[in-house]
Amino acid sequence: MSERLTGIVLAHEAVAQALVQAVQAIAGTEHGLVPVSNTGCDRAALTARLDQAIAGRPSVVFADMPGGSCAFSAAAYARGHAEVRVVTGVNLAMLLDFAFHRDQLPPAAAQRAVETGRTSVTMVGGS
Amino acid sequence: MSVELFRIDDRLIHGQVVVGWGQTLGIEFLVLVDDEVRSNDWEQELYRMGVPPAVKVTFASIAEASDHMPAWLADKRKGIVLTGDVDSMARLSAATNGAVRQVNVGGLHYREGRKERLRYVFLNDAEAEALRGMAAAGVQVTAQDVPTGTRVLLADFAA
Repeated sequence: MSERLTGIVLAHEAVAQALVQAVQAIAGTEHGLVPVSNTGCDRAALTARLDQAIAGRPSVVFADMPGGSCAFSAAAYARGHAEVRVVTGVNLAMLLDFAFHRDQLPPAAAQRAVETGRTSVTMVGGS
Repeated sequence: MSVELFRIDDRLIHGQVVVGWGQTLGIEFLVLVDDEVRSNDWEQELYRMGVPPAVKVTFASIAEASDHMPAWLADKRKGIVLTGDVDSMARLSAATNGAVRQVNVGGLHYREGRKERLRYVFLNDAEAEALRGMAAAGVQVTAQDVPTGTRVLLADFAA
């Protein structure tokens, strides 16, 4: 494919901005991530904000929690856009991995993000 | 009564409702009264995914909700009845003859023509009038986004 994937981080309040800033601090500026907040949005306004951020590009949307307004809007949007996939439960590990693996089609990138994100959730320490 | 909360929230089923209020109140059923979602199987499936399996989700039109209201009120389980806009709640209230005794305005965001009343409540004149109409009919109307938030009287956000 000719165009590298875009990642949209869609989350409550300032979570998306914070995650993208963290990725940038670790991986540099070529991460391909765009933060979008749901602050002040009903469903229609959030969909419009998401549409503007995606801007017709093949994308993976990283929403915060399944069952939240961000995930609902993203899933509804993706239903009408074949080049958009949605992953919920966004975490820093999956975003960092995405930043270095953007030469994929959206379905493969989304599947990879799910696996990376799940693997990163683990209990450490203790006896 | 077993309907613990009648809520107006334009994000419909989402975190504040399911986690914030749902966990706090210990709800076991959730009714979304929305004519549009009621007629859309795919949207219903999507909203179901966001609710814990232990919570029964029902999608109803306003007419269906009016018919089933006595059963929900008599249900031994705790529940939430939710609409996405003021008009739907006002119609539901009017159609159920006093069944709706308290309304929680939980989230109505900015749209053209609406003015900010609270950080999470934007109303146009017709919506404010409809809320006042419900209050005049005996419904206690307050605004509160989350259980730990401050309950705001109607007179303080839609006078």
